[in-house]
Amino acid sequence: MNSKDRFAWRWRLNETLLVFLALGLAGCAAVEPWQKAKLAQAGMALDFDTLGSRLHQQVYLSKEAARGGDAAGGGGCGCN
Amino acid sequence: MRTLRSLLGASLLALALGPGVVSATMPGATAPALELPQANGSPLRLAELMGQVVYVDFWASWCGPCRKSFPWMNAMQQRYGSQGLVILAVNLDEARADAEAFLAATPAAFTLLYDPSGQSARSWRVKGMPTSYLIGADGKVRLVHTGFREEQRVELERQIRLALALE
Repeated sequence: MNSKDRFAWRWRLNETLLVFLALGLAGCAAVEPWQKAKLAQAGMALDFDTLGSRLHQQVYLSKEAARGGDAAGGGGCGCN
Repeated sequence: MRTLRSLLGASLLALALGPGVVSATMPGATAPALELPQANGSPLRLAELMGQVVYVDFWASWCGPCRKSFPWMNAMQQRYGSQGLVILAVNLDEARADAEAFLAATPAAFTLLYDPSGQSARSWRVKGMPTSYLIGADGKVRLVHTGFREEQRVELERQIRLALALE
């Protein structure tokens, strides 16, 4: 295989991948607000215990004294 | 290769056309048509209610805020029904049984319409659940409201009173 053939082959591969990507994306459909019955089920939640995980995060961050990014710095007292 | 190219073109076209951009039903616009069966199966047309203030609410059994809005809508229907307010609650559940279970726990003292296909929600450009539309006696949309929170009750009731010319 000379370099010209190899180039043509690479180009064909890339184009094929692009076609499959575009086909896959075209398969995505918008879910309308009134079609979210299944998405609204409790089992579909990313977090099954919102209050519990917030509490856990509060304790964890204060013990690590590493609150950051989302709020003001903390001192490990668990008070903020 | 030519087949591949045309496939690519077709899928890109589908991508571009897929999530069709539609404008919302805005205040000031004439209310879209609405004709749906009631609980007893007899159809009701929004146009028949021309001259009355109509509160159209799109809801589903799985929607939390919808559950909260029902007692308030009951109160509004009771308080302002004699002054000409009509509340139409359009159910968008695919299964009628889901709606019935919801209504057994959350009674509704206003008119219920059923649209399992969701076609009405599409033509009314419902942006969230629940979405409600206050339609004046002139058939024009006065207010579009998405969601339902306790603290918004007062303002919504004021808008209803304004529409009924009670304020």
